[in-house]
Amino acid sequence: MLRIPCPFCGPRNETEFAHGGCLKPRRPDNPGEIDEAAWIEYLTVPDNPCGPLRERWWHVRGCGQWFTLVRDTRSHDLVDGDCA
Amino acid sequence: MQRYSIFSLARNALSGHQGWSRAWRSPPLKQQYDVIIVGAGGHGLAAAYYLAKNHGITDVAVLDRGWLGGGNIARNTVTIRSNYMRDESIPFYVESVRLYEGLTHELNYNLMYSNRSMIDVVQTWPKLREIKRRMFNMDLYGSSYERISVDELRRRVPPLTGGGPGSRLPIICAMVHPEAAVCRHDAVAWGYARAADDLGIEIHQNTPVERLLRHPQNGRIAGVETSRGVVRANKVAVVVSGHTTTLTDTVELKLPIKSFNLTAFVSEPVKPCIDVVVNCPDIGVYLSQSDKGELVIGGAPDAGQSFRRDIKQHVFEDAVCAMLELFPAFKRLKLLRQWGGTLDIAHDASPIVSRTDIPGLIVSCGWWGGFKAVPAGGMTLAQLIATNEPHPLIVPFSLERFRRLDFILEAGTTTAT
Repeated sequence: MLRIPCPFCGPRNETEFAHGGCLKPRRPDNPGEIDEAAWIEYLTVPDNPCGPLRERWWHVRGCGQWFTLVRDTRSHDLVDGDCA
Repeated sequence: MQRYSIFSLARNALSGHQGWSRAWRSPPLKQQYDVIIVGAGGHGLAAAYYLAKNHGITDVAVLDRGWLGGGNIARNTVTIRSNYMRDESIPFYVESVRLYEGLTHELNYNLMYSNRSMIDVVQTWPKLREIKRRMFNMDLYGSSYERISVDELRRRVPPLTGGGPGSRLPIICAMVHPEAAVCRHDAVAWGYARAADDLGIEIHQNTPVERLLRHPQNGRIAGVETSRGVVRANKVAVVVSGHTTTLTDTVELKLPIKSFNLTAFVSEPVKPCIDVVVNCPDIGVYLSQSDKGELVIGGAPDAGQSFRRDIKQHVFEDAVCAMLELFPAFKRLKLLRQWGGTLDIAHDASPIVSRTDIPGLIVSCGWWGGFKAVPAGGMTLAQLIATNEPHPLIVPFSLERFRRLDFILEAGTTTAT
């Protein structure tokens, strides 16, 4: 089980959290101008690295905060990274 | 190939079992093949076998990073069934079950195929509605589902004593899928490997593919870079389950799939008590009893993508608690082993068997629950490799469907909901 650092409550057990999936790519600013292939890629292709992955977590059985973490999918280690 | 039979067994018994030949060779790795299949799992080996048998293509190398049959073919819960929802899926799985039935004879390898039937325990009305819808659809394609009462369910599955009227989720009824079967998973890999090897296919274990290579001028696939050097081929099929994106990322091919860890575990062996596959979709657990007497139990995947191939304590506990709701007597069982496997699941939860934007590169992935699909998946993949045209059964499972947003939404038939 992971110990997840909630930005509000501090480290808590993973069972207090709901997993919100990997961080979705940013919606294109100009959907009318980009071509169909790029739009469909935005809709269907997720990040699936064998390595650090940015993902959303929800402290649903705690404070209710949503936040982003970077987790290494090979080891489940929480690593430093860009959470924007 | 040395044929296996009662006579060869008797003959070799007399000579102390010293006379058996190796089931497959370990030839030196060449630098060039007609076809490279990455991944010596069920689908990869089946594809190699059908390439040689149906299409006469034998200059084929099957490369695996580990040992043969050490990936997901060794990590599944061996259920073979065809109770799917969609018009695209059902005929494919019906064909796969049909091929499995004759496979022991075809490969001359005892798969210990055992037609068990699967019973879905229904505990909520929405699930009953969904399964009834599947029943009508399956009826159109020759796959069957039949409803039985709670009393009949308890007669057929004696240890199922939970789920009474006072419980959290009382059992409403059950649905029986009589075609469902189990078989020896290792034997599927070994049987296909032996038969493919006999037809001239080369199997190379401990040969991890690190990178796919493209032709610098025309962009076609040129081969693969392995730990044992570059191997060239005009056609490369990537059949590596959870690590598909790890390989396709090396040629910047983006696929709509995510990799998850799915776990299973077995109990200590006990006397025969369950002779069917019991699936409890409402509480998220399924189990069957192996020939050795162990209960083989599976639950839901871990939350979040993972390549770790282990089991998380709380996921494991959830599956055990769910099982004990319906099978309280199993509380006294000791659990022996647990394991995980990396599976990939597509955006719409249906498999992808398809050409890609890179000419010559073929992918077969998204096999969430791919064990039951091994024969039909291998047979259709072989046709795609050989002719570059998809078999009619896999036309709907191309990558093109995502471009048309024409999804085959198949979630609900697995634990991946």
